[in-house]
Amino acid sequence: MKSLKNHISLIVALFTVLFAVQIYVAVDRTIAAYETRLKNDYSIIVVSNKTFTPVEFKAMDNLVERSEAIATDQVLNRLQGEMTKQNLDLLKLTLPKFYRLYLNRFPTPSEIGKLQKRLQKHPAIVRVEGYAQTHDTVYKLMLLFKDVVQVFSIAIAAVTSLLILKEMRLWQFQHSDRKSIMALFGAPMWLRSAVLFRLAIVDAIIATIVLCLAFFVIDQYGWMDVLLQTVGIKIQLFNFLNDGVRSLLIALGVAIALTLTIVIGNEEEE
Amino acid sequence: MDKVIIAENLSLSYKEFESIISKANFSIDAGSFVFITGASGSGKSTLLKSFYGAITPRAGSLMVGGVKMNKISTSKLNFLRRHIGVVFQDYKLIKEWTIEKNVMLPLIISGYTKDVSGAQVQKLLGHVKLIHQAGKYPPELSGGEQQRVAMARALAHNPILILADEPTGNLDEYSSQVIWNLLEGANSQLKTTIVVVTHHIPSEITVPYKHFHIELGNIHEVS
Repeated sequence: MKSLKNHISLIVALFTVLFAVQIYVAVDRTIAAYETRLKNDYSIIVVSNKTFTPVEFKAMDNLVERSEAIATDQVLNRLQGEMTKQNLDLLKLTLPKFYRLYLNRFPTPSEIGKLQKRLQKHPAIVRVEGYAQTHDTVYKLMLLFKDVVQVFSIAIAAVTSLLILKEMRLWQFQHSDRKSIMALFGAPMWLRSAVLFRLAIVDAIIATIVLCLAFFVIDQYGWMDVLLQTVGIKIQLFNFLNDGVRSLLIALGVAIALTLTIVIGNEEEE
Repeated sequence: MDKVIIAENLSLSYKEFESIISKANFSIDAGSFVFITGASGSGKSTLLKSFYGAITPRAGSLMVGGVKMNKISTSKLNFLRRHIGVVFQDYKLIKEWTIEKNVMLPLIISGYTKDVSGAQVQKLLGHVKLIHQAGKYPPELSGGEQQRVAMARALAHNPILILADEPTGNLDEYSSQVIWNLLEGANSQLKTTIVVVTHHIPSEITVPYKHFHIELGNIHEVS
């Protein structure tokens, strides 16, 4: 019972570290997906006196992915009843060209400013409209959220690591009799501490399995998917292969590193 | 004759200005059977501890199995201990391990295969008449039985030297007899050097032996 309690303490602590890391990864993934969505939706409107080809726009700034001309026919057709054909032809000749520029990624506010200035330097370009403000507010909020989650994740990982260290010190004490007897018969340090390492590795594996199960349940209920879909994002919160393997490596790394700290510290004391 | 233990001006102490053993000079031949006697608190156990590196000499020199014990490295000490069998007065068995695994300990440490270790352990448990207790745990056995397990463990890896600290201190006649027979057998058949620390030399000893006595920190051979 006592041993089970010790196991649960370490498993819960390791699970907390893994969960904090996975939440950070999921937030990062959400923001990346949101950036892609913004990038796809976002475009800059350019008004010019002359016709531009997509290659010309691309040559002006490598942030430009593609461009398309905005057709003016629809507007002119609406005016057909109100104007004479002569005036309409004149208007057609004097009407500037409108272009929509799509970018290869969602830019920062300063990047938009620089791009606008660069485009406006061209004598044929009359006006550039960025519309960045509305997108920028949500994006900045999400970046702030990411930073907060990062700070929390680091704090949780640090506090939990200290708890694991304390737990392992207890293990060390519980196994001290066996270790001292083994030492009297010439067992090297790694063999004397083999049980500690075995326990740490087993608990790391169990913590990873519990994490996988937790995300499987979250995935099955689908409430996170619903929440994300309301802001137009669809991401995989937990990839059982990639995230599972990464979590296992983190759990093993943390458990083995902390066991080593305890074992080496104890050897030096002896 | 080869010497297993050589002490020259050996001084042992736990505190800086309090010598337990003072400037001792003696040697122990390979393959001999040695008793070290003395009153309680005379330093018998401390001397035995210095033979397996649990205490470092404060002055003088001590060689065990050709290894200088004064400033011995951890790896060298581990190597030396893998060739020594120790029997403790308080048995020092691992409570959470079965009797079989306890006896197997020196073989596990020396890296023997499971087959070889298993056969050796069965043989030794037969010698100490505990084959039927192999699956039990130390707290389930009597003191005498636990000491027989400790004896079997000390012999498991065929050590060059067996150090025994009051091996029959609190034991019944039957267990004492089993232990003396095993120590005598190891000495006469395997030529293992035996060093026993005790209050009294038992009357049932039949092999020739050397006797050292400790008094007021001095060691002298009793003829």
